[in-house]
Amino acid sequence: MRAVRRVAGRAVVIDRRDVDTDQIIPAAWLKRVERTGFGAGLFEAWRRDPDFVLNTPAAAEAKILVAGANFGCGSSREHAVWALQDFGFEAVIAPSFADIFRGNSIGAGLVTAQADDETVAGLTAAVAADPAAQVIVDVAERTVAIPSAGLSAPFALPDYARWRLLEGLDDIAVTLRHADAITDFERSRPDWLPVSGPRAHAAT
Amino acid sequence: MTGGRLFDKVWQRHLVASPDGEPPLLYIDLHLVHEVTSPQAFEGLELAGRAVRRPDLTVATMDHDVPTINPLGPISDPLAAEQMARLRKNCEAHGITLYALGSAEQGVVHVIGPQLGLTQPGMTVVCGDSHTSTHGAFGALAFGIGTTEVEHVLATQTLRQVKPQAMAVTVDGDLPHGVTAKDLVLGIIAEIGTGGGTGSVIEYRGDAVRGLDMAGRMTVCNMSIEAGARAGMIAPDDVTFAFLEGRAHAPTGLHWERALDDWRSLVTDGRAVFDREVRIDAATLRPVVTWGTTPAQSVTIDGVVPDPASFAALAQRQAAQRALDYMGLAPGTAVRDIRIDTVFIGSCTNGRLADLRAAAGVLRGRTVSAGVRAIVVPGSARVKAEAEAEGLDAVFTAAGFEWRSAGCSMCLGMNGDILAPGERSASTSNRNFEGRQGPGGRTHLVSPAMAAATAVAGHFAVPGDLEGAG
Repeated sequence: MRAVRRVAGRAVVIDRRDVDTDQIIPAAWLKRVERTGFGAGLFEAWRRDPDFVLNTPAAAEAKILVAGANFGCGSSREHAVWALQDFGFEAVIAPSFADIFRGNSIGAGLVTAQADDETVAGLTAAVAADPAAQVIVDVAERTVAIPSAGLSAPFALPDYARWRLLEGLDDIAVTLRHADAITDFERSRPDWLPVSGPRAHAAT
Repeated sequence: MTGGRLFDKVWQRHLVASPDGEPPLLYIDLHLVHEVTSPQAFEGLELAGRAVRRPDLTVATMDHDVPTINPLGPISDPLAAEQMARLRKNCEAHGITLYALGSAEQGVVHVIGPQLGLTQPGMTVVCGDSHTSTHGAFGALAFGIGTTEVEHVLATQTLRQVKPQAMAVTVDGDLPHGVTAKDLVLGIIAEIGTGGGTGSVIEYRGDAVRGLDMAGRMTVCNMSIEAGARAGMIAPDDVTFAFLEGRAHAPTGLHWERALDDWRSLVTDGRAVFDREVRIDAATLRPVVTWGTTPAQSVTIDGVVPDPASFAALAQRQAAQRALDYMGLAPGTAVRDIRIDTVFIGSCTNGRLADLRAAAGVLRGRTVSAGVRAIVVPGSARVKAEAEAEGLDAVFTAAGFEWRSAGCSMCLGMNGDILAPGERSASTSNRNFEGRQGPGGRTHLVSPAMAAATAVAGHFAVPGDLEGAG
C-alpha cells in the first residue's frame, strides 16, 4: 500500500445520506477478478443522469468526495473502494461511514475523513460556490481545509488508521511480527472446534 | 462494568495479542470463502509468496454468481465462469475444501456453515460478505470483511479489530400471531435506523428472540448489518444445541459433552451493562413491507406509503422523496393496493427449509396471480433436496412458482436473475437499495409468508387476507 500523507485537489459533493455500496459499484461489476478497472462502473446508475455531479467537468479532476452520513453502507465489497480510487478519488469526507467500508478504505489506502455535520455543510457550500476550489485533506494533522474559502476544520480518523496511511504499511507484515503469539494461541484452542473437509475428529 | 456480556466472553477468548498502539489481533475459527470477494486476495497472497495458514479452518463454496437454472450445464457468462474456475484453482492450490456447483453441500455461504455444523457457539467466523452476521445466531462472533482482510485472514488466521461497543436489543413478550422473524428484524431496523448499530455488536435478547427457532434467529442476525452493526449475536440455548447435535462437523461423544459445558457459559450475566440498550414490545410488531430504498424505510401491512413531509428532519424528507420517486409510489397509497410483478423467495436471509415450509404452507392449494413471475431459490443444494423430499417443490410448482437451484440469485442479481427496469418485486432478501435486484428494479422486502400471500393476491397481502384463509 502506498503511503498517503496529504490529499490536495478538487472536491465534488454527493448530498445524500446512506450512499450504499451497490450504488458505488453495482453487483454486475463484481465479476472482475482484478483490483483495477472499476472506475467506469463507479455510481454507474446515477451517472446515467447527465446532471449527476460525476458527469460535471469538475469531477474529472476531483480527488475528494464529500457525502452524507452512513457512507458506504451495505455490502462488504471492497470493489467500492477500488472503484472510487480508480476514478481518481483519494479521500472521502462524510459525517459517518459504515464500519466495513471504513475498514476496507484504510486497508486499500483511501482516506475516510469523518467530519461533523457543520464541516460537511461548510465544505458543500464552498465547493458549490467554487467547484475549482483547492481542498486539502491532511492525514497527519487530521484537518480538512479550503484556503480560498477560509475554511479549516478537524476530522476524526483513528490513530491506527492514520499511522497505517502515513506509513503505507502492509498489514499482514505487521501481523506476522506476532507469528509466535498466533502459534501459541493455536496450541490452546479447545479440541472440539471444527475443521473443514471430511469430518476429522472423533470422540476421545 | 464491561465483563459478563456474551460478546466480551467470545471476544476475550480469541485475543491473540493486544500490542500498544495497534488494534487487538483476534483469532478466526472459521473463514468462509466464495468466488466473488476472494480472487484478488489469493492473487495478493501469491504475489507476496505467502501460504494459507490454516486451510483446515477455511471452507469455500460458489454462491453469488452461480446459475440457478441448469447449474451443471455450461455457464453462459464467461466472467462468472472465470470466477468459479479461479476459486477452484485457488482452493486446489492451497488445499481448501470447496463445495463447488454440483456438490451436495454447495449453497449460499451463510446457509451451508450452520447446515454443516461448522458454525458453533463461541466461535469467530468471518467471510468476505456483509451477511456473515447470520452466524451470530449461534452465539458466535461473526462479521463481514473486505478482500484485503480476506487476504489477511488467509495469511495469518487472525484479524485486526478495534473492539466494537456492545448494544442490546431486547424484544419483550411474544410475537403476535402472523408476525415472523423477518418482521421482527425489519421492525428493529425501523426503530434504530440504518446507522443505529454502527460500531456495535448487537445482542438480541428477550422472550420474542428466545422463542424463535434457529432459522428465525439466523434471519434476525443476518440483517444486523442493515442497521449498520458489526455483528448480531444471540446467546446459545437448548434450541441451538438441538440444531447442532448430529450435524456433520458438530462435536460428538466426550467432545460434545465438553463443548456443551462450555457453550452453556456463553450468556450475558444478569448484572452486565451494555453501552446502549433498546427495548421493543413484541406486541406492537406487525407484518412489515419496505416502501423505500433502505431497509429502515418500512411500514406495516395495514399502513400507507408515508408522506415525505411527515418526517421531521430535512435529510429524511429528502431521502423519502427520492425513495418514492425511485419506487414510483405516491404518498397515502395503501400498502395492500401496491401491485407487484415478481416474487422472489430465497437468499441468506430467508432461503432455509423453514422459510420454504412457511411459504409453501400459504401456497398449498392456491395459485400465483395472473401475470406475476414467482421464483423460489433454495439457500443450498441440501435445502433443495430436503424440500423435495417432503414435496415442497410440488407445492411451489403447482402454485406457479419456478423451482430453482441453490444460489444468491435475485438477492443481488449477479447471475442474471434480475428485475427489469421499473419492475416491482416482493422479495424475501435483505436489501431494497436502488438497483439491487437489477438496474431500475423496485424491491420491497417481506417475509416468506407474506411473499407467498402476495404472489397469490398480486398485491401486498398477508396469508389471512387470502380467500379460504382460516
